[in-house]
Amino acid sequence: MEQQVSYTLDSTLETVDHAEESATRIATELGFGEEEVMQISMAVREAAVNAVLHGNKYAPDKKVTLAFERTADGLVITIRDEGKGIDLSGIPNPLAPENLLKTSGRGIFLMRSFMDVVEIRPSPTGTEVKLIKHVHGPSVGNKERSQ
Amino acid sequence: MSMKLSTRQVDGVTIVDCSGRITLGEGSVTLRDTVRDLLSKGNKKIILNLAEVNYIDSSGIGELVSAFTTTKNQGGELKLLHLTKKVHDLLQITKLYTVFDVKDDETAAIKGFK
Repeated sequence: MEQQVSYTLDSTLETVDHAEESATRIATELGFGEEEVMQISMAVREAAVNAVLHGNKYAPDKKVTLAFERTADGLVITIRDEGKGIDLSGIPNPLAPENLLKTSGRGIFLMRSFMDVVEIRPSPTGTEVKLIKHVHGPSVGNKERSQ
Repeated sequence: MSMKLSTRQVDGVTIVDCSGRITLGEGSVTLRDTVRDLLSKGNKKIILNLAEVNYIDSSGIGELVSAFTTTKNQGGELKLLHLTKKVHDLLQITKLYTVFDVKDDETAAIKGFK
């Protein structure tokens, strides 16, 4: 993988699958372990679902931007949509007893469970989600540089 | 790989063998339609065999919750059988593992229905 790679994608379910597959491939290339690859790909999938469904609401004229950046200490993934934004205070805790049997509302929770850093903020065009996974093992990252 | 479902009857219990991915889109819809179809035909003792489910996202978790509550609300009972490690771990961190009736043995699961 180059230092940074980005994609501009339509607001479709295919984009969600593409985001997940890209995350799996790139995290694997960077040497993350199998468990971490699964965590990264699932967090990216959840962020992409939110961007396509809740942000852009499948609008054909709105795009999702997906960027992967390799850093010295891990992988930074940024997902941007062109929606109206998200009110984080309005998202209930999915682990609260009264919410356990709700059929939605677990996406951001899963991102936070699987990634080291999750930042969700307004962007000039909509919402930006930044996901960071730090290097935890000695083999992760710049394999070619160490050879 | 999308999700595939097949159903079989054992001692009055419907076992739904699921394989593939339960994710937003086709996989979730297929599961929802199958469970609703079973309930509408009076099959209210349901086991979802997830042994071959290798991936599930938050939408898939939502569908499992929906299947569980829909069945319960119609006077039925739904159990989960043979969770893979991925699905097991997801149900643990979402605190749903103790909400669902999770079984590892099909025969015992069938006998456990009221």
